[in-house]
Amino acid sequence: MIKKPPLGILVLAIGAVAAIVAIAAVTWRERPASVSLDLGGPFALTDANNGRTVTEQSFRGKLMLIYFGYTYCPDACPTTLNNISEAMAKLGAAADRIAPLFISVDPDRDTPPVMANYVKAFDPRIQGLTGDAEATHRVAKEFGVYYRKHDVPGGYLVDHSSLLYILDGKGQLLRVLPASENGGRLAGDLRELLGGKS
Amino acid sequence: MRRLPYAVMPLSATHVFGQSWGDIGDITVQSLWSRATPPGAKSGAVYFDLRNGGATDERLIGATTPAASKAALHTEIMENGVRDSARSEQSMSRRESLKPGGSHIMLMGSKRPLKQREHVPLALKFAHAPPLRVQVEVAKIGASEPDASGHSDMKDMH
Repeated sequence: MIKKPPLGILVLAIGAVAAIVAIAAVTWRERPASVSLDLGGPFALTDANNGRTVTEQSFRGKLMLIYFGYTYCPDACPTTLNNISEAMAKLGAAADRIAPLFISVDPDRDTPPVMANYVKAFDPRIQGLTGDAEATHRVAKEFGVYYRKHDVPGGYLVDHSSLLYILDGKGQLLRVLPASENGGRLAGDLRELLGGKS
Repeated sequence: MRRLPYAVMPLSATHVFGQSWGDIGDITVQSLWSRATPPGAKSGAVYFDLRNGGATDERLIGATTPAASKAALHTEIMENGVRDSARSEQSMSRRESLKPGGSHIMLMGSKRPLKQREHVPLALKFAHAPPLRVQVEVAKIGASEPDASGHSDMKDMH
């Protein structure tokens, strides 16, 4: 038997450090000097729409707009997914060059059909991605995403980092934004990043 | 608008033209709204403005609705980019605003999706005042504010 590290503790520790790094990235956004973050990386998850495995390679040539959340999320995730939908609408034809990805941090409940139904209610161009506990843990770690189950009467919630990540076609992190960024501002960021070579 | 005599006025007047507001004693609840939920979604949130016009401190301690198996007051706190959910009781010294990104009545175990423009019954429970029964207007999915419609034009009736 291989001794497994306590997953919860690991996620907690890595997540806490990475969340601080991510916040710093948001704070530094306006400064001219460039700051390179080692966030993002290879992943293999299930596309909720068709059950196929997708990796970071599947979105080459597009800007990836990634948000981590879950479908039981009462408040934050619907707000963010709506912001993403509004940004996609504002971008018009340029939206074809964006791959909005909603990655579940609640793989137990967010099965592919649940995810597919959920995201298409916002904008059918948003792709819901899920994985098993291990794959979820791995991708969350790569993006410095903290997530933790939180029991409440009648079920559980998942506390999680709430940030938007924009990556270029090569999987390089370009920008980290607060998830509260409204559709207009988010579209502005995306348009600006599309303007440069991606 | 014709005022109903107090004697025949129910505890909350929400079903008069479907206004999303209500009051009980010194407590006034206004601009009640929720968001449409995707098919299969099991949770939702209700937002509103609360006002305590009385001299006694009051606390909102919970809620019930036939639309979900559980309803509870929740506050989401942003700390270092992490959204932490906390079950809470909303103290009401004077005014409180429950809106996206802050506090809300969380609906868990939704029995069916909420549809835009429908009205959902909700009973708010307070530490002292009796329950306040109101109707919640459902806005579009993911909305950041209630749909712009003519609701809540009936102000305070005190």
